Amino acid sequence: MTQAIRTNAVEPLPLPEGVAGIVSDWSSDQRAFKNVPWGKAMMWIFLLSDTFIFSSFLISYMTVRMSATEPWPNPSEVFALTLFGKSVPLLLIAIMTFVLISSSGTMAMAVKFGYEKNKKMTFILLLITAALGATFVGMQAFEWTKLILEEGVRPWGNPMGAAQFGSVFFMITGFHGTHVSIGVIFLIIVAIKVLRGDLDNERPGFLTGRKGKYEIVEIMGLYWHFVDLVWVFIFALFYLW
Amino acid sequence: MAHAEGQQHPVAHAGGQQHAHVEGQQHPIGIYLKIWGLLFVLSTASYLVDYFHLQGYLRWSLIIVLMLLKAGLIVAVFMHMLWERLALVYVIVVPPVLLMVLLGIGALEADYTFFTRGVFFMKGLL
Repeated sequence: MTQAIRTNAVEPLPLPEGVAGIVSDWSSDQRAFKNVPWGKAMMWIFLLSDTFIFSSFLISYMTVRMSATEPWPNPSEVFALTLFGKSVPLLLIAIMTFVLISSSGTMAMAVKFGYEKNKKMTFILLLITAALGATFVGMQAFEWTKLILEEGVRPWGNPMGAAQFGSVFFMITGFHGTHVSIGVIFLIIVAIKVLRGDLDNERPGFLTGRKGKYEIVEIMGLYWHFVDLVWVFIFALFYLW
Repeated sequence: MAHAEGQQHPVAHAGGQQHAHVEGQQHPIGIYLKIWGLLFVLSTASYLVDYFHLQGYLRWSLIIVLMLLKAGLIVAVFMHMLWERLALVYVIVVPPVLLMVLLGIGALEADYTFFTRGVFFMKGLL
């Protein structure tokens, strides 16, 4: 009986690039996502499932929009703001878009400073991101109030045309606004963790034994950019259509 | 990508080590600022499409192209997909692309849906 010879792999196994890399990663009989912390891979999987939720909303919106026999209210006029006595179309929505994109920019930089272990800058940028997110939610609350009280839009009907307008609007923007609100809460939590030094001291998080690491800033960032990403689609398909 | 080496930027003093260990995704701040600016420009452009009341196929193609450009920039740079291994990229990007194909087919069929609806609801009137 021959004995199996143990060899010590001193060199890390090679990671091929390109299509060969996909084959070797998935057939490696280990974890498929190399070089990626498990939390980040799981956040991506969650975001993929969230993509499908928002996609089903947008598909149902497309269906009712294209098949509604009553005229669809013109979003350009519905969401216009009167500024200095002049009606500017979609002004509030445009500002909301810029606010959310700016928050994405500050979030991306927070991730960068996080990996550099620059506690102060990461904390400041995370707080700016949270503040911009809260501004966005506030503007959305203003928009909803205006729509419900002044324009008389309800989920079951509105004075301007197709009844489906209200139901689709409240469902899609409501779900997105919920995502932003949850994101703001978690941004503040992560900001506090950064400031307190939890990520430097590898202090375990709330409800978990996992050690704190700066990758959680990037995972938080993935969620936040996704919220911005969904807004890009809502802005184009709901407001600009 | 001129920027691709930013990920594994070796430390300047690297005496004997072959590769300095760099944790996570680290890229120069400039690329984030540039993409941020670009997103602003693209958003302004899509807002102007509405402001100038462009209509028809011009409006549609502009809205969709600007939307996809913005989405692509956010996913590629802000979410670091540009620097991930293909095994992860394909898992995340391919399903939404399939969805979009499905959506496109649905949009092409929409006039038929509208027509049958019209026939159904107009029946009493005709």
